[in-house]
Amino acid sequence: MPGIEVPKEKWSGKVREVTLGATAAEGGTRSRTVTVGGETTLPFLKFEGEIPHPPAIALEVRDQQPNDWPSILLEAWNGATQDVAEWAKAAEAAGADLVALRFNASEQLNAAYARKILRRVLSATGLPLIVFGAGQADLDNEILVAVAEEGKGERLVLGVCEEKNYRTIVAAALAHGHLVDARTPMDVNLSKQLTILIHDMGMPLERIITDPTTGALGYGIEYGYSVMERLRIAALQGDTMTQQPMLVTPGEEAWRTKEARAAEGVPAAWGDYVERAINWEVLTASTLIQSGADIVVLRHPKSLQRVRAMINALMS
Amino acid sequence: MALTGLQIYKLLPASSTKPEVKAHANCKECGYPTCLAFAMKLAAKQAELSLCPYVEEESKRQLEESAAPPIRLITIAGSAKKLEVGNELVLYRHEKTFYHPPGLFVRVKDTQPDAAQVAEAVAAYSVDYVGMSLTLDGVAVEAAGGDFASTVAAVKAACPFPLILMTSDPATAEAGLKAAQGTMPLLWAADAQNWQAMAKLAAQYKVPLVVLANGDLNALADLAEQVKNAGVEDIVLDPGTRGYADSLAIFTQLRRLALKKNERKVGYPLIAFAGDDATLAAQHIAKYAGFIVLDRFDPAMVYPLIVLRANLFTDPQKPIQVLPGVYEINKPGPSDPLMITTNFSITYFSVANEVESSGLPGWLLVADAEGMSVLTAWAAGKFDAERIAKTVKTTGIEQKINHKRLIIPGHVAVLLGEIEEELPGWEINVGPREAVDLPNYLKTRWG
Ligand code: SF4
Repeated sequence: MPGIEVPKEKWSGKVREVTLGATAAEGGTRSRTVTVGGETTLPFLKFEGEIPHPPAIALEVRDQQPNDWPSILLEAWNGATQDVAEWAKAAEAAGADLVALRFNASEQLNAAYARKILRRVLSATGLPLIVFGAGQADLDNEILVAVAEEGKGERLVLGVCEEKNYRTIVAAALAHGHLVDARTPMDVNLSKQLTILIHDMGMPLERIITDPTTGALGYGIEYGYSVMERLRIAALQGDTMTQQPMLVTPGEEAWRTKEARAAEGVPAAWGDYVERAINWEVLTASTLIQSGADIVVLRHPKSLQRVRAMINALMS
Repeated sequence: MALTGLQIYKLLPASSTKPEVKAHANCKECGYPTCLAFAMKLAAKQAELSLCPYVEEESKRQLEESAAPPIRLITIAGSAKKLEVGNELVLYRHEKTFYHPPGLFVRVKDTQPDAAQVAEAVAAYSVDYVGMSLTLDGVAVEAAGGDFASTVAAVKAACPFPLILMTSDPATAEAGLKAAQGTMPLLWAADAQNWQAMAKLAAQYKVPLVVLANGDLNALADLAEQVKNAGVEDIVLDPGTRGYADSLAIFTQLRRLALKKNERKVGYPLIAFAGDDATLAAQHIAKYAGFIVLDRFDPAMVYPLIVLRANLFTDPQKPIQVLPGVYEINKPGPSDPLMITTNFSITYFSVANEVESSGLPGWLLVADAEGMSVLTAWAAGKFDAERIAKTVKTTGIEQKINHKRLIIPGHVAVLLGEIEEELPGWEINVGPREAVDLPNYLKTRWG
C-alpha cells in the first residue's frame, strides 16, 4: 500500500537576506554581523524549505534609565540601567544578538548628545545596533541624522521610518551606509507601500527591514500575528515588496500592559506577578516568531533566555 | 470532498442496478419531482438525504462520508461541562477563522496525593478577559502505578470538566472508564501493541480514543485506519512528538493532509503534551492542537495561555466591538471627569477596568471607530477631531455634566488643536497613552 506523502508547498519566493552591523573588514567596528531572512518557507518548516538564519533577538537599552519601566524590569538589570554603556555591555552578556538603543524623550536630547551616547554604546559592545528615536518626528530627524553620521559605516538600523516621516531618516541612512526600519500600523498594503516609497528614494531592498507593528498578548496580538502571516505568505508567493525581513517590538508592547505592570490589586487568577509579566513578554514574542518575525526586540534578560531556548529547539 | 449533483444522482435509486431499488425511481416521495432534482438539492445542501426512504446502505455511507467535515468534530464531556474540538477548515486564521479553541488540560498522576485538590483548583479557575469569563477545560489523569480507578473517581467528583484517561494498559483503562461512568472521557492511548484491546474498550464505553504513534506519519495514519475499522469513529491523533520542531512539522503536515489533500485517514483533531513549557503550549495553540496537556497548574502560565487562545480564535472578520455611547463608571456625578476612547473592545475594557478598579467615578465616551484601537483608528482616520466632536455632541453627554473638559488618549495628543476648533468652549486635556496610567492621572491632574 502506498504511504501518505508529506504535503509540501512549492513556494516560489524567498525572504530577502539583510545583514546588520559591519566588522572592521567591512568598514565598521562591530565584532560580528547578524544576517536575518533568506527563508524559503514558513517559520521553521525545514521539511519543505530553507531557514538559513535563526530569528535574532535584540535587547532594548536607553540613554537614561526610563521612568516608566516597572521596577521588576529595571531590577533584572542589576543596576546596569543607570548607565547606557553598562547597559549595552550587560545586554551583550545576557546573550543578545543585537542591541536596540532607544532615546528617551528628554530635555537634553539633541544631536550632540545623541552622538555622544552612540559613541559610548559602540565602544561598550561589539554587537550590531538598532537605533530608535524618541518618537517625536522633528527631534528624531535631528538626532538620527547625527547618529547616521557619527556611526558611518556601521550598518546601523535606523528607525522608525513611518509613512508620515521617513524621508530625512532614509536620506541619512543612504548617505552613511545604514539600514532602516520601516514601520506601518498592522496593514499588509501599507507595509508594502512604505517599502516601495523608501526603495524609490534609492535605498536598496537589502537595507530595509519591515516593521509591521504588533499588539501585545491580550491587546491585539492577533492583528499583528495575522498581518505578519499574510506578509510572509505573500513573500513566499513571490510578491517582491513583501520580502523584507520583519522586526517587531514585543518587549515594548508587553511591558506596557497591565499584566506586566500591576503587582497588586489584580485578580488572583493572574498568578505570580514576576512570572506572569515575563510570560507576557515571552508569549507575545514567541507567537510573533511563529508567524514570521525575524527580529524581536525584548526587554527582560530572562525573556531572552526563554525565547532563545525556543528558537534553538525550532532550528535544531 | 463535497460531491456534485450528478455524482449524487449516481447514488440515488434512479441509478441503481438493483431492480427492486430502481423501481422507486422518481417516485416523488422525497418531495421532489425526480431523483435528479433531489440530487441537485442535496448538492446545494438544501435537502436532507433522509427524505428518500429508498437509498441503498452503501450509497448512504458514501454520501455521509462525503458530507463529513475534513477534521472530525470530537466531543468529550465531564459531569457538567463538555468540550468540542475539530471541524477546522483553514490553515491560517486570516483565511476565515479558527473555530474550536483547543482544550487546555492539567495532568495529574494517580500516585499524586493531591490529585483531587489540583482537579478542584482547575475547576475553580476562571479569569475575566474583555468581559468574557475564560476557564480551563479539564484534567488528564495518568496511571503511574497508583490506584487509577479511585483517582479517576476522586478527580471526577472534584471537577465537572471532561477528563482524559492516560494509560496504555487495557485493564487499567477499563477500571478508569468504569470509574468515569456518567461522563465521556477521552482515552489515551491506542498504540501499535494494544490497539485492539483499546479499540474494543472505546467502542464498548462509547468514548473517543487517542491513537499514538512515535513520530511517523504513516504509522499514525495506518493505526488510525485500523482503529477505525475496529469500530471506533471518534479518534484523536497523538503523533508522539514532544518537542518544538518535530511537533510543528508533523502537526502542520497533518493539518494540510486533512484540509488540502482530503486525507480521511488523518482527518481528526490532534493532542499535544507541552510539559510545563508555556512557550511550547503557545506553539500548540497557534499551530493546530485540539487538546493541550500541561504538567502543572500555575495561574501565571495559564492566564497568558488562555488569553492567547482567545486572541487567536477570535474571528478576524468580526473584531469584538462595544456599542458607541456614554458609559458610566462608579456612579459619576455631573462634575466628574469625562474621557473618550474607541469602541475596540480591548481598548474599551482596558480603560473601563482601570477606572473602575481605581474606585474613581468617571464618564467614558466611546466613539465609533469601527472597532479599531486608538492608534490604529487614528492612523486610519477613524478617530479624528471630527469623530471625537461628533461623539461629544450626539451622545447627550452635555446634559449629564456641568463642565466642558474632555480627556483624550495620549496617543492622539496631536489632535488637540483640531478638537478645540471643533468643540468651541471646551478645554481638551491630553491624558496618558496607556490605560494603566489613567488612575494616577485622574488623581493628580483632575480637579
Ligand atoms: S424519494 Fe425522491 S430520490 Fe428517492 S427514489 Fe423517490 S424520487 Fe428518487
